[in-house]
Amino acid sequence: MSFTPHTPEDIALMLNSIGIDSVEQLFDEIPSAIRIEGLPDLADGINEMAMGREIKKISAGNKNLLNFIGAGAYQHHIPSAVWQLAGRGELLTAYTPYQAEASQGSLQIIFEFQTMIASLCGMDVANASMYDGASALAESILMAVRANKKTTSKKIVIADSIHPCYLNVMNSITRYQGIEIQCVETDRYNDVNTLKSAAHESFAAVVLPQPNFLGQLTRVDAITDWAHQHHALVIGLVNPVTLGLLKEPGSWGARGADIVCGEGQPLGVPLAGGGPYFGFMACKKQFIRQMPGRIVGKTTDTNGKTGYCLTLQAREQHIRRSKATSNICTNQGLLMTVATIYMSLLGPQGLKNVAIKSHQNTARLIELLNTVKQVHCVYADNFCHEMVIQVPSSAKSVLKKMADRGVAGGYDLATLGQAWADKLLVCSTEVHNENDLQQFITVLKTAIEDV
Amino acid sequence: MSDIKDNLKYTQTHEWVNFDNAIATVGITDQAQHLLGELVYVELPEQGREVSMGEEICVVESTKAASDVYAPIAGKIIAVNDALEEHPELVNQSPYADGWLFKIEPNNPNEIDQLMTPADYKNSLD
Amino acid sequence: MLIFEKSVQGRAAQAQSPHLQKDAVRIDSSLLRQTKPCLPEVSELETVRHFTNLSRKNFSIDTNFYPLGSCTMKYNPRAAHQFASDEKFLNQHPYIDDDYKQGTLQCLYELQHTIKSVTGMTAVSLTPMAGAQGEFAGVAMIRAYHDERGDKQREEIIVPDAAHGTNPATAFMCGYKVREVATLSDSGDVDLTALKAVLSEKTAGIMLTNPSTLGVFERKIKEIADLTHEAGGLLYYDGANLNAIMGKVRPGDMGFDVMHLNLHKTFATPHGGGGPGAGPVAANSKLAKYLPVPVVQKTATGRYILVDETHYPHSIGKLSTFFGNTGVLIRAYIYAKMLGGNGLTQASTLATLNANYLMTALHKAGFTLAYPQRRASHEFIITLEPEHKIYGITALDVAKCLLDRGIHAPTMYFPLLVAECLLIEPTETESKQQLDEFVDAMIAIRQMMIENAEQLKQAPQKLPVTRLDEVKAAKTLDLVWSE
Repeated sequence: MSFTPHTPEDIALMLNSIGIDSVEQLFDEIPSAIRIEGLPDLADGINEMAMGREIKKISAGNKNLLNFIGAGAYQHHIPSAVWQLAGRGELLTAYTPYQAEASQGSLQIIFEFQTMIASLCGMDVANASMYDGASALAESILMAVRANKKTTSKKIVIADSIHPCYLNVMNSITRYQGIEIQCVETDRYNDVNTLKSAAHESFAAVVLPQPNFLGQLTRVDAITDWAHQHHALVIGLVNPVTLGLLKEPGSWGARGADIVCGEGQPLGVPLAGGGPYFGFMACKKQFIRQMPGRIVGKTTDTNGKTGYCLTLQAREQHIRRSKATSNICTNQGLLMTVATIYMSLLGPQGLKNVAIKSHQNTARLIELLNTVKQVHCVYADNFCHEMVIQVPSSAKSVLKKMADRGVAGGYDLATLGQAWADKLLVCSTEVHNENDLQQFITVLKTAIEDV
Repeated sequence: MSDIKDNLKYTQTHEWVNFDNAIATVGITDQAQHLLGELVYVELPEQGREVSMGEEICVVESTKAASDVYAPIAGKIIAVNDALEEHPELVNQSPYADGWLFKIEPNNPNEIDQLMTPADYKNSLD
Repeated sequence: MLIFEKSVQGRAAQAQSPHLQKDAVRIDSSLLRQTKPCLPEVSELETVRHFTNLSRKNFSIDTNFYPLGSCTMKYNPRAAHQFASDEKFLNQHPYIDDDYKQGTLQCLYELQHTIKSVTGMTAVSLTPMAGAQGEFAGVAMIRAYHDERGDKQREEIIVPDAAHGTNPATAFMCGYKVREVATLSDSGDVDLTALKAVLSEKTAGIMLTNPSTLGVFERKIKEIADLTHEAGGLLYYDGANLNAIMGKVRPGDMGFDVMHLNLHKTFATPHGGGGPGAGPVAANSKLAKYLPVPVVQKTATGRYILVDETHYPHSIGKLSTFFGNTGVLIRAYIYAKMLGGNGLTQASTLATLNANYLMTALHKAGFTLAYPQRRASHEFIITLEPEHKIYGITALDVAKCLLDRGIHAPTMYFPLLVAECLLIEPTETESKQQLDEFVDAMIAIRQMMIENAEQLKQAPQKLPVTRLDEVKAAKTLDLVWSE
């Protein structure tokens, strides 16, 4: 079933034209000692009908739960139009827009995406997206070290808690370039004094999560100003949906963040077991040449008509090779397209409403949780749409019991250490209604009794 | 045929050097600007920076290439051509005059003697 | 027209906004946004029309022949897209317990098996999110191997001059210096004398593609592998051209230690206008323990589980927040399952047949092959240097002229070794008729060179825009819309 159109007659004519007798002759330059004959380890192919049956059987192993997990991937309503449009073959099956004249659709969408993301972040420019949030942060760190000409330090201070997997990815990607990462635990309001005592040497940049991994809001203004006083750049790590409501990083402190990045998934991308998602990256104009990834610019054609093309390509690997800003050579084009359509359908008010509704649902959940004995809301204020609760036994066992009753109750914070093993990170968004919230409470109560 | 000035010194990496009054003015050659195509950006070194011979200190960028410019001699950057920030195409239009890149005060003026003569540079292009 | 120019204050796609009873929030006002972001205010219909019309300004596999060398633009089966878009796969938070995602894990586990069979490697990690990330993983694993042995003086990665730009960029990201090695201009094989000269106790490894970016099979691959291993280095295989050799020869048998695959090429997942891709990394037993995590395993009881650093303490770590581009992996799984071992082998057979047929036909039509003495792999290079000299036209002109004829341009000016080159990869899903049309188009373009070269230089004329001023774009840097 290789989706090939060749008839035996076609093959015969083609072989004749090449001047050989069999297709195997085409492989006669491969040393015979290493030749194999087919792939006997693998079963023969099947047709679409059989595959449909097979995949139904397999996917039955997946159980869809009423979801209250966030922790870096957030469930939001996705308008029907989003994926119907993005699934059009012209967008789905196009290559990277190197041939600009034959890619004006993709290129204009990127230009619109750059505009929307830059504006959401309060930055001057944005690129055409990165692989995901964690890798976008890793690239932002490398970028900040290149861009900060006021220090030769390769030290990065991470103010407050960020996703443990982001830390892991950041280490994997940046460790060979001499980057030193210092995590500073601050109190829940991110008191800038904690940072002052912890980070005294020169450093290249500060990473500021807003909200942080525990759903808490960072006091971004004071830290931004403090970092700038120390000639460090400020990297904002943000959730794009919350930017409909929260202050854009470009307005943090007196001068604003310098680089902004984050996970784009909340903008119309389904949870889908963890991917594909996309990262986004924006910055002040003066740092544009240090930014990795695809960037689209507006220009004119030979008749003076407006058009769009990839620009600043000289920074990229296919030209600059080992001196490139990164080895990255794609963006997440389709997901970026999805986000552009999503942001168009929501508009400024719609996006703000999504952020507000998610926040209100989380606030309502806290209200309801106050009625549950033995459960304690660790952070009952200063949240956006995610918060930490403490349960009377291990989070793991409670989550298991909840899942058995159809509810994904949250993220097990045991990954942060033993002290967190009885704590859950719980998220509510606009997709939940009162019934869903009540169901969470009912199932949580039963689970606690059960354990 | 690219233009090579008789009164200048050259490097293998296509920089030219005009040594005058104990100051070395540096640019890229006509050959280099021709190979790069129209420049869209020049990243100039910082004034006051101490550079060593052969160090990468500047980048010239066209739509099809970004190329490093190396310090032809060791010394201190005492001036850069700010006009290139707005008009990088000056390097294409006038590589040996208006398109100069930076000026170095050499640590050791004798290093100039290690650079290529116009004839050597011309031979290296053939 | 940009969507922002269609925006009218106060208009909205009303069905999409959540209903608020009140808009009060319990957030400190100093943390709230004071400015309205530049998102368009448009109706749902306006949005649908806008993006539908934009899509029509694109070439795509679904609408055009796309012989883009080194990119394997084969048909992306609709079934893979449809089946992977099932709610059962989509409506799954990555952090639910493994028990509730056995279906997804089964697909991934079986895909790991398929990749092992196709490559001859012993272990696979699916997490890299693109070819370049798979490359990074592979080279980082080579580094981890030397580091663990205390072999710290190995600081060089050897890359052929014909290599893709990601290879040297990746080596740099892993903290290595790049040593280039020359390719023989007549045969396209690596120059073994030059290779011997650069191999030393400083060599960490070599990055190769085979068949190479020149569209020919590297015949001395075993010698290269032996020489590199003798010098204490390891071999990295760039899987960009795997579509040429499935069921014919395996990188593991050629002597490679680690490799990545581009599932968006070989396994037909949609390119999406530049991603998402997927770049799984596969390794032999020497390097398996350094694979990035997580990896899917099957327990004795038949349960599928995700394992991380606790099982792989030597792992180079995580490369994505969750599990890479899971949805792409599921599409690749479905594709591989539908083709099966026989179909994958046939895909490579017919991709190679198509390339050799097209190469022969273009040669007969008077075009100059870069390596006329060699078989094509699944792709081949023609050089337009003779036409450039006679008619003054360039490979770019020919590429743009093909666009006017509804054919996507082949890869141009890559590899850098061949002047005025076009790298042509027809893929196995194109028919003989389509290939013949391409040859006819090329013959017609050649006629244009003779009769009206000036007109050719004006191409394209039938697309939404003519040639764009890239210098202006790079100088003005107009990157976002503003009123």
